[in-house]
Amino acid sequence: MSEIVSEGRGLSLVPRAEGKQTLKDFKSDQEVRWCPGCGDYAILAAVQGFLPELGLKRENIVFVSGIGCSSRFPYYLNTYGFHSIHGRAPAIATGLAASRPDLSVWVVTGDGDALSIGGNHLIHALRRNVNLNILLFNNRIYGLTKGQYSPTSEVGKITKSTPMGSLDRPFNPISLAIGAEATFVARTLDSDRKHLQGVLREAVAHQGTSLVEIYQNCNIFNDNAFEPLKDPGIRDDITVKLEHGKPIVFGANGEKAVRLTRTGGVEVVPTDSVPAEEILVHDTHATDPSLAFALSRLDEPAFEHVPIGIFRHIQRSSYDELMSDQLDNAIAKNGRGTLHDLLNSGDTWRIN
Amino acid sequence: MTKQVQQLDRVIIRFAGDSGDGMQLTGDRFTAETAEFGNDLSTLPNFPAEIRAPAGTLPGVSSFQLHFADHDILTPGDAPNVLVAMNPAALKANLADVPRGADIIANTDEFTKRNLTKVGYSGNPLEDGSLGEWRVHAVPLTTMTVKALEGFDISKKDAERAKNMFALGLLSWLYHRPTEATLKFLEAKFAKKPDIAKANIAAFNAGWNFGETTESFSVSYEIKPARLAPGTYRNISGNMALAYGLIAAAELAELPLFLGSYPITPASDILHELSKHKRFGIRTFQAEDEIAGVGAALGAAFGGALGVTTTSGPGVALKAETVGLAVTTELPLIVVDVQRAGPSTGMPTKTEQTDLLMAMYGRNGESPVPVVAPMSPSDCFHAAIEAARIAVKYRTPVMLLSDGYLANGSEPWRLPEVAELPDLRVAFATEANGEDGTFLPFKRDVETLARPWAVPGTKGLEHRIGGIEKADGTGNISYDPNNHDLMVRLRQAKIDGIAQDIPPLEVDDEGGDARVLVLGWGSTYGPIAAAVRRVRKAGGKVAQAHLRHLNPLPANTGEVLRSYDKVLLPEINLGQLALLLRARFLVDVISYNRVRGLPFKAEELAGVIQDVISSE
Repeated sequence: MSEIVSEGRGLSLVPRAEGKQTLKDFKSDQEVRWCPGCGDYAILAAVQGFLPELGLKRENIVFVSGIGCSSRFPYYLNTYGFHSIHGRAPAIATGLAASRPDLSVWVVTGDGDALSIGGNHLIHALRRNVNLNILLFNNRIYGLTKGQYSPTSEVGKITKSTPMGSLDRPFNPISLAIGAEATFVARTLDSDRKHLQGVLREAVAHQGTSLVEIYQNCNIFNDNAFEPLKDPGIRDDITVKLEHGKPIVFGANGEKAVRLTRTGGVEVVPTDSVPAEEILVHDTHATDPSLAFALSRLDEPAFEHVPIGIFRHIQRSSYDELMSDQLDNAIAKNGRGTLHDLLNSGDTWRIN
Repeated sequence: MTKQVQQLDRVIIRFAGDSGDGMQLTGDRFTAETAEFGNDLSTLPNFPAEIRAPAGTLPGVSSFQLHFADHDILTPGDAPNVLVAMNPAALKANLADVPRGADIIANTDEFTKRNLTKVGYSGNPLEDGSLGEWRVHAVPLTTMTVKALEGFDISKKDAERAKNMFALGLLSWLYHRPTEATLKFLEAKFAKKPDIAKANIAAFNAGWNFGETTESFSVSYEIKPARLAPGTYRNISGNMALAYGLIAAAELAELPLFLGSYPITPASDILHELSKHKRFGIRTFQAEDEIAGVGAALGAAFGGALGVTTTSGPGVALKAETVGLAVTTELPLIVVDVQRAGPSTGMPTKTEQTDLLMAMYGRNGESPVPVVAPMSPSDCFHAAIEAARIAVKYRTPVMLLSDGYLANGSEPWRLPEVAELPDLRVAFATEANGEDGTFLPFKRDVETLARPWAVPGTKGLEHRIGGIEKADGTGNISYDPNNHDLMVRLRQAKIDGIAQDIPPLEVDDEGGDARVLVLGWGSTYGPIAAAVRRVRKAGGKVAQAHLRHLNPLPANTGEVLRSYDKVLLPEINLGQLALLLRARFLVDVISYNRVRGLPFKAEELAGVIQDVISSE
């Protein structure tokens, strides 16, 4: 299979801001209407705090969202924004990003929006590798419709629509994204601003679609869903921080390590029980997605050990660039089309 | 041998065969020859949705009808003068349309016992006298083709496949068609397979020579070129014209064209055509589904492109929510619906006008959308430009209702001069429009009620839009009851106001004393106009008017309807426009409805019109 490759323009066509920007520049005049205590506030603050660092012209940044609590996000940023239809943000953003290489286009979505009603658009955006940053707020519940289970809720979830417990197995968004040929896949946490911004930094620099799953607490309908990752007593024991090029070791004192199994999976072992060379060294750039996929399955059963950070980050031409290249090549080869020539093409005849 | 040459003023030929027999190609080539010769013409391809239905069966029959004349004509014709039947299935499926006395050219090689049985013939109709009232020309097309190609280094199968070119050669001789273009076409089509190219050319020539020498055809026919208006012409199908219209609209608006589309019959050819024209900076995006197609087009429109999505009825159903979003965010968008027979999958390759009410009302909430419908294949070009004009000027989605008949049918088209085409340029917003330098994304133009089109990348105009109700002016989220009532009315008023910006409904009433008006919309123009001619020729008085704008209707529509005693409205649906007109104008419109997946026939409509006149 031969792949068409582009130069990798990334964000180089997005104009840069002239002066220094601050968090305040990115705050809109709209009153934020999430429930008090919602994890969305922390993510909003983290993004608003991160955008000045990008140094892009504010007017060249667009946030597109679907429907749901998280999808109100664009209203609170003083950039261009489009609050669209349930599940369709990746499609709308694709049209925008593909036709405007001078824009930095972001998608804000939730677990219901991206993985349920909009699942099809998400997987196709990922495989196309359109230049988008997708922030998937995963709170494992439906918030705006008041508390039904979501496609990331654990089996047996008792909700208004599942009084005897939910029956269907949840998606693992990271596994799904890797399976959908994603080129950048990461997970972070609403409450860990530093980690969140670090992941965003890499996601924005990435050429193509970056998918960032953000564990986000819904304090009304699914409070403390990610508490184990936040509880100072246990978080270090279960959080597996993935860092490219480093051996995967975790635990308060680095007492746990990840190594390959004979069947190609990964497992957690006491660090001192294995030779150092057997500890898996994280490689986000591996072309083969198998290890990234295996790592995404470490969190089974849930919250025993949870990898966060960047799972996969590979180079592949982005759809929008390839599309632009085709137009440029067609024009370079045959010149810009003219309407007169177009109409007069084919078999014509004259009547005098 | 010198053969007699007879002059005719018009001819209708139908080529019919198996889906794999190349009937569409044969028809296309004969059409090209006819166009080059200078006749007026109109075509009707008719083919199954299945790519290759089982060979020799009735569902597998594909046909192509061509009507050409020495005068201007309006339809592909009601009844063929000549049927070319490549097999028994083609004969059986089409015979009912062929009047007695007409010519039937049948490929005897395919009239085997097995093939006859397959379609329910107990005997061979070519031999049992059952076709006694037709002029049957029994020609062993396959055998003669294979024989003509004996010296060629090709397989027997390839030789047999050239039989459609033999038939084309024969028909080309019969009607004195110029052949050079077809020979060139074959060379180009098979440029990579020169043996096949040569064989097809040889088959074509053999067919021509057969006509000249055989006793089966004692007469050949001449149909003089039509006297059409001076200009440069080309033959064009509706889908091609529509694609060109979209390209032209983008050029005239000086906006990049973005097409988001998902393949669907009978609209896919527009996607195919636009995909070829990257030299115009056109981005064509084959989406994962219909919803993504329109979503991407709307996203591109938000970014300042001319956003277009092309589909058929089932796709429009899926796109409804996004069209509603375009209504409320007031962004330009063109939704092309090449209507086909429904409901559901229906009959994908057959035509209908059954999506009018869906185009008008198929969304939640009060979501008015302008609707434009082309009236002929070449009018698809101008209708696309008109749809774009309305979309960009009024910042609204526009439904463009073509149909399967227009999409695949073709006619000669006098090419417009680019300078004659309308200027569609619009200005993006570049600066604040509110007090204190604020930007009000929903502050309207006083004349058009359109809101500013402020595209990302414009400094100082950062704003957020979305599907939630917006406050008048600021566009901020608003649940205020009175504001919602106002916005609903403003969106409606904006669309209603377009009536002042479209031409009035014109009436063709020769003597000015007709009491019956026959009204139509969309693709029925040709058959209705042809029927009106017949009625007038027979001394009947009838007026004709045709609607290209279905929403809003031309401002004088009510006045026109009320000025006639009777209004007859033929539609290929169960009376959708009639419902709208009755509701809006309280006029007792007389509907005539047939929903057969086929266009009306002129004779049929002439009878209906005559009946209405007689009942006066």
